[in-house]
Amino acid sequence: MKMPGLEYRGVKNIDGPLVFIDGIHGAAYDELVEITLGNGERRLGQVLDVTTSSAVVQVLGGTESIQPAGTRVRFLGHALQIPVGKSMLGRVFDGIGRPKDGLPPPLGARRRDVNGSPVNPFSREYPRDFIQTGISAIDLMNTLVRGQKLPIFSGNGLPHDRLAAQIARQARLLNEDVEFAIVFAAMGVKHDVARFFLRSFEESGVLDKVAMFLSLADDPSVERMITPRSALTLAEHLAFDEGMHVLVIITDMSNYCEALREIATARDEIPSRKGYPGYLYSDLASMYERAGRIRGQEGSITQMPILTMPNDDISHPIPDLTGYITEGQIVLERDMHQQGVYPPVASLPSLSRLMKDGIGKGHTRDDHPHVASQLFSAYSKVKDIRALAAVIGEEELNPVDKLYMQFGREFEQKVIAQGEFENRSIEQTLELGWKVLRILPRVELLRLSEEELRQHYDVAGPEEKGAAP
Amino acid sequence: MSEVNSASETVIGRIVRVNGPIVEAEGMGMAGMHDVVEVGDRRLIGEIIRLRNGVATIQVYENTSEMRPGEGVVGTGRPLSVCLGPGLLGTIYDGVQRPLERIAQASGSAVIPRGIKVPPVDMGRTWHFVPSATVGEPLGPGQVFGTVQETVSMAHRLMVPPDMTEGMLTDLLPEGDYGGDTALGHVTTAAGAVQLLGFYHYWPVRRPRPVRARLPLEQPLLTGLRVIDTFFPLPKGGAAAIPGGFGTGKTMTQQALAKWSDAQIIVYIGCGERGNEMTEVLREFPELTDPRNGRSLMERTILIANTSNMPVAAREVSIYTGITMAEYYRDMGYDVAIMADSTSRWAEALRELSGRLEEMPVDEGFPAYLPARLAGFYERAGHVTALGGGQGSVSIIGAVSPPGGDFSEPVTQHTSRFIRCFWALDRDLANARHYPAISWKSSYSEYLPDMGTWWTQRDAEWLHDRSTLMGILQEESSLQRIAKLVGNDALPDSQQLILHVAEIIKNAFLQQNSFDATDMYCSPEKQVWMLRLLAGLARRAMALIRNGCVLSDIERMDGMERLMRMKSEIANGDSQGMAALEQQVNDGLERLERSLSR
Repeated sequence: MKMPGLEYRGVKNIDGPLVFIDGIHGAAYDELVEITLGNGERRLGQVLDVTTSSAVVQVLGGTESIQPAGTRVRFLGHALQIPVGKSMLGRVFDGIGRPKDGLPPPLGARRRDVNGSPVNPFSREYPRDFIQTGISAIDLMNTLVRGQKLPIFSGNGLPHDRLAAQIARQARLLNEDVEFAIVFAAMGVKHDVARFFLRSFEESGVLDKVAMFLSLADDPSVERMITPRSALTLAEHLAFDEGMHVLVIITDMSNYCEALREIATARDEIPSRKGYPGYLYSDLASMYERAGRIRGQEGSITQMPILTMPNDDISHPIPDLTGYITEGQIVLERDMHQQGVYPPVASLPSLSRLMKDGIGKGHTRDDHPHVASQLFSAYSKVKDIRALAAVIGEEELNPVDKLYMQFGREFEQKVIAQGEFENRSIEQTLELGWKVLRILPRVELLRLSEEELRQHYDVAGPEEKGAAP
Repeated sequence: MSEVNSASETVIGRIVRVNGPIVEAEGMGMAGMHDVVEVGDRRLIGEIIRLRNGVATIQVYENTSEMRPGEGVVGTGRPLSVCLGPGLLGTIYDGVQRPLERIAQASGSAVIPRGIKVPPVDMGRTWHFVPSATVGEPLGPGQVFGTVQETVSMAHRLMVPPDMTEGMLTDLLPEGDYGGDTALGHVTTAAGAVQLLGFYHYWPVRRPRPVRARLPLEQPLLTGLRVIDTFFPLPKGGAAAIPGGFGTGKTMTQQALAKWSDAQIIVYIGCGERGNEMTEVLREFPELTDPRNGRSLMERTILIANTSNMPVAAREVSIYTGITMAEYYRDMGYDVAIMADSTSRWAEALRELSGRLEEMPVDEGFPAYLPARLAGFYERAGHVTALGGGQGSVSIIGAVSPPGGDFSEPVTQHTSRFIRCFWALDRDLANARHYPAISWKSSYSEYLPDMGTWWTQRDAEWLHDRSTLMGILQEESSLQRIAKLVGNDALPDSQQLILHVAEIIKNAFLQQNSFDATDMYCSPEKQVWMLRLLAGLARRAMALIRNGCVLSDIERMDGMERLMRMKSEIANGDSQGMAALEQQVNDGLERLERSLSR
């Protein structure tokens, strides 16, 4: 066993974000390293690979102006830890949990390993508490539940930040007056994005319930590797030690993945798709899986990562692997955005996997599952009919198809579209859903039961209903 | 694994390098390839995967954070093995057979502490043993010497381990309640060696359990999913793959199969997937009852959970752990089905470990031995005569998660070489929430001719009816291309009828609602009935159109709306309801036929 605190002078090689150190003894894998530059500046690093006498260290502050000779390296004897505590709410930190708001470090904070530990699948509690976001596109069609990980797949220039802020502002549980604590992590985004969120939290008066971890576009890229882990470590403490319900917003995962690729390349690793390392899936999972609920404990972590799909391509490795881990995805669509629809949620590729257990009887309203299923099925038919109408012209469509066209328009404009500050109850949302379904003839609505049709379809006057052909 | 503890506790080597889950140790000349070792001060479980000049490369099944060179490595001299015996059913394990429920109890923590050692089965539990072999008689490998009632519905047959030598049963305890570590009897070989019989034995996970003979596959594995049973059937002992991009319903299909397929034992492996999915199974299965015996589904299920955030090396081994347990129950004479969700995550674990070993990759970074490993896994499926003489089967259903939903990637491509049943999930169907989203265009089952024999015993016209519906669906997909350009209404009535009937087949037959209490499981009898009804309707409607009937008359025919809802509104055993509907539809058709001939 080596005593922590032993200091070595000089590093052998510097390559990208990595330094290679020789002639050491007894360093540990994943150990935290303090690097002191010739000018006295200190940076932290992590051991990525270690042998009896050498180590590869990734430098969180970047390798800029590190000189091989004048640098001193000290191994600290433990993995990277960050302070955690309730007093961190209302504060702003850098990617590794150091205050960034000019205030002293949080008082009485405990320290936790940023990597966390995998939760025993047996100890998990299945999430099924409906969260009302007040946004119809989510509540009705892609319901969020407490403890879910639901990412927003977006593209550059799309309003994902506004949507995330609106969710943070409006999210609440039915029949329960518990507010969410919000942990916000930003990796490689611009200052204005961070400021937008700060102002949005301020205006809605929740700032004292928010902890922010910022590693912005001009901060060293390696720090982005730690930022989401720091945020999740604090979230775990708040949820499972303090019993709070925590909403974690992480933006932008694409920047995180690029930092990961940068380090993998510097280590000469064999790349898989698009140069990303083969372990990108496992690495992403080690963060996304830090969401959920624990049996017998009060708190929960609901995760909402944001990622911008390069070139709006959903099959790019980042959204692709994310979609395989997360419990669904909210996909934003450029066409709808250009048509002025906010939020531009693409209904068909969006999905919430936990929706089935969080809606319906005892959660939202009995008819919710069938209404959602019917809307999906009808809207997917609209897409086919639109393609046909583009060829033969809308006038040539048969009467039922014309009704579908009308349904499609109204669905987009009246159900999906809403104001950025409009907060709809689930009841209002379901009524809007029925209103557009009543455009269609009764015989088309195969996914709704006879009973539901009697109760909701037959109630309105005949002028509202689609005429049977 | 528990026997690791009882093994020799000597330090045989020293760590010289730590690189994530891959650790190198020197001084390992005495160790064997694939031996289990305990690594470092925390004594984490690992397996030797390379030996070179006394330096062993070890893949470690737990997180190696804070491990340092210089720490010791303890050898066990045994390959990675699973403990087999009563008490496996209803248990949830991680990839190296650690019981997750008892880990939670032992640690009092919601996370899995590193280095924790809990025996895979509760040795303190007593079992009611009923001997079935006779003292003084010869007894060989695989032969049953006694039974215990493992769960209410499942008799567990205790067998002589396959690696034991045949000999004379010299003693055997009488019927009674005994603890898990009791010596139940002894077998003495001709050479005089005395071998111990107990409730438990160990078997190396990477070595298939031997069988006496492989048998042809003749019985379908009935799943209650119409698109599978009727269109793309899988036999007991067959191998199937379910490839599909994210959100197309792989896990939902796997879970439906685990719930309703008529195997007697289910081994469900969550390999590199979501933690909440395993929680869902854990929560849901005990509450669901087996439609065949009314018992809880959990009583016939073994869960193996190595979720995506758990160590990657344990993910690699989890499918071997699962299939070895499946083979054990097969040897008792049971039909076992194993669901591996997802084999792509397993292949990625191989890739990640291969990368860390600095092996030369072939396509997309996967190692050259990927196809060999896949073949080795799927070949462990089969319908066999076991060593003991009984017949049993292992069916494998592997989910595949191709990146970007692109089936041309290596794992899907190699997998399709080793399976004979391909259930392709389709993105467009999933987007329209048509579940199960199994595409009738790109799926296939090479087992169809053999399975057809079974089905035609129930309905002589089965193959003919099935190909009528398949023909209509194929014709529809080529007509759709034209319809997309000119619109349905511009097509002649005969073609519009094809589109209309195809729509009925999709909605009334192929689509199945897993949340509907009736529709979630469809009995084979009801499937036969539905198939006959739809095929008859299709053929007679086409004849009507040829003879000048108007399409809208057929569309508005009596009974059509009830036909569309028969999957959920007529219960499985309700043959009267089906007969009434058949009568109604036939009457409607007859009326139309009469009106034409007039």
